[in-house]
Amino acid sequence: MTTKITELKGSTKGVSRRSLLKGAAGAAGLAAGAGVVTGFPTIWAQNPITLRQFGTGVSNLNAIAEKCKADLGITLQMTALDSDAVSQRVVTQANSFDIADIEYWICKKVFPAGTLQPMDVKKIKYYDDIVPIFTTGKLTPDSKIAQGTAPNTVGFVEGPDSKKFAAAPTQWMTLIPTIYNADTLGIRPDLVGRPIKNWKDILDPAFKGKTSILNIPSIGIMDAAMICESAGIIKYGDKGNMTKAEIDTTIDFLIKTKKAGQFRAFWKTFDESVNLMASGEVVIQSMWSPAVAAVRSKGIPCVYQPLEEGYRAWGGGLGIAKHLKGAQLDAAYEYINWYLSGWVGAYLNRQGYYSAVLSTAEKNMTPDEWAFWMLGQPAKTDILSPEGKVMYTAGAVRDGGSFKERMGAVACWNSVMDEDRYMVRRWNEFIAA
Amino acid sequence: MTLSRLAPYLQAGPLTAILFAFLVLPIATIVMVSFWDYDSIQIFPAFVFTNYEETITSPVTWNTYINTLKYTVIVWAITLLVGFWVAYYLAFHIRSATTQMVLFLVCTIPFLTSNIIRMISWIPFLGRNGLLNQSMMSMGLIDTPLEFLLFSDFAVVLAMVHLYTLFMVTPIFNTLMRIDRSLIEAARDAGANAWQILINVIIPLAKPGIAIGSIFVVTLVMGDFITVRFMSGGQSASVGLMMANQIALLQYPAAAANAVILLIIVLLLVGGILRIVNIRKEL
Repeated sequence: MTTKITELKGSTKGVSRRSLLKGAAGAAGLAAGAGVVTGFPTIWAQNPITLRQFGTGVSNLNAIAEKCKADLGITLQMTALDSDAVSQRVVTQANSFDIADIEYWICKKVFPAGTLQPMDVKKIKYYDDIVPIFTTGKLTPDSKIAQGTAPNTVGFVEGPDSKKFAAAPTQWMTLIPTIYNADTLGIRPDLVGRPIKNWKDILDPAFKGKTSILNIPSIGIMDAAMICESAGIIKYGDKGNMTKAEIDTTIDFLIKTKKAGQFRAFWKTFDESVNLMASGEVVIQSMWSPAVAAVRSKGIPCVYQPLEEGYRAWGGGLGIAKHLKGAQLDAAYEYINWYLSGWVGAYLNRQGYYSAVLSTAEKNMTPDEWAFWMLGQPAKTDILSPEGKVMYTAGAVRDGGSFKERMGAVACWNSVMDEDRYMVRRWNEFIAA
Repeated sequence: MTLSRLAPYLQAGPLTAILFAFLVLPIATIVMVSFWDYDSIQIFPAFVFTNYEETITSPVTWNTYINTLKYTVIVWAITLLVGFWVAYYLAFHIRSATTQMVLFLVCTIPFLTSNIIRMISWIPFLGRNGLLNQSMMSMGLIDTPLEFLLFSDFAVVLAMVHLYTLFMVTPIFNTLMRIDRSLIEAARDAGANAWQILINVIIPLAKPGIAIGSIFVVTLVMGDFITVRFMSGGQSASVGLMMANQIALLQYPAAAANAVILLIIVLLLVGGILRIVNIRKEL
């Protein structure tokens, strides 16, 4: 998740950015015109407010800032950083931001530092419509809460000044969820030559020297854990919070596999993963969903393969800085309510991610788009990206199916372990081995 | 009187200021931070030796240093051989000074592009479905693609030799050009053959150039991280890469300690080279 954003931005520069800017400018003009007619709250236009937002950036999109300016008159200054830099800034430079767009596992690390203020759910207009993964932790009343830093476990604190995470939903929310997804392995269906069903299939001797996993310790270890558990090497108490012994077993197994020549490479950035897959250097590897789309956009078959053991999920949200008060705080709440009101949700859903309030997003998507992205049905017409590029042609079905099938099959969430430092040290050993 | 006394200080002043601000201060900061303490998100001023302890006692560090030294020795040997060869040809076999300069400039042409581009362009060439494998297969030389060409030590060394050979050519060429041709004639008159001239006359006189080139190559390879990462596909480690990882995880003090150790080792290597060859005497 960390470098994905910046890399993504780098790789989509050029044509798409230009069309994006054009589109955004058009949208801004349109919305500004509409604003005059329908009389949007003009308070921020008279008394200009700027909110400084930084974050890991999947949702740090210029289009959102433009639309926000047009709809609310609030200027959003967005800065995209990697997750390590975000964590550090939230803690050490509390006055350098107003809104932090961070992942839930980062929240677990930084919220206790006391530089963010919990939000009053009474002021969140769509609170009751937020997907329950983020409140109760259960997608449906009978689903099981996945391992790792599940968003509901760090989603609430006990009171307005509390830094202690609450076990059940309270009135005080740490982050308002924005974007989340379920990750799995990407494959080249034309080159694997057999059905891929389990995480352990990456260990198949037939793929010797043709596999890859990502070299970002906190995420790579989770993919490794899914593989080890699938292969029956070990059964974890909690993949998201391993004991030292579990870390040792996992890393020792990885080192053994590496020495046997199973891996072709380890990738660190979005475009590396795309190139490895597109060039045929690897046929099965850890991947992020936009990378799969990027490979496919080159006309090369690539599938984001659903696996029996389930997905590794991640999620992010918006937090408000402690120092915000008065008009700025009101503006922040207004921004968050706007964020959940549908336009952004539709934008994110069209990229293959998921948004926190589905009912409002649905109203901003065509029925065909909704059926394709959220219900897992075959596309009736060509499916376009938010920038208007064809992503899927008519008849295509989304890998993994519907929202319920994908988010209902989450095995673990990205997390931060108590033995984090030990894990990173052992991970470096694996890379150096 | 006073002005003439002051003049040398004034002349040395600007450089001193620049070196102080951009060399001494940063290194002093790194040394200072290397004794600080840290947790997963912050660093604290302190005076602890844990960073050095953890670095020195970890087998990962040793393996990484050995690996980096291995690259250094191999790359140094190959660039020396190739570099000397090229410089020798330029200096002794090309008669006209104009042609010499033209050919020397030809050597530098690849440097008009960034070294990352020069390195990355190897990847599609060496890959499993890359140009080299495909042409060899269509010529019937091999049946299956050669896998060791990319994401291997071979690829790392190849890219480094490509990137760094010129740093060897330039100083050696420079010293070879200064060799008094009458010395070679004298040797020939005294009955030495070409091989003896090379060993007993040219190489000893080229030592300063070789030493300077070696210092360039050794320091560049020891500090490299991007070539190792891209060409080994993340499968090999180098000291620079280890530091980059630590910085990414906000473990600045650990990275600083590593940097200090690397600095000491590189200085020792450079010191060793300078002990063997007295550069100043020859310049």
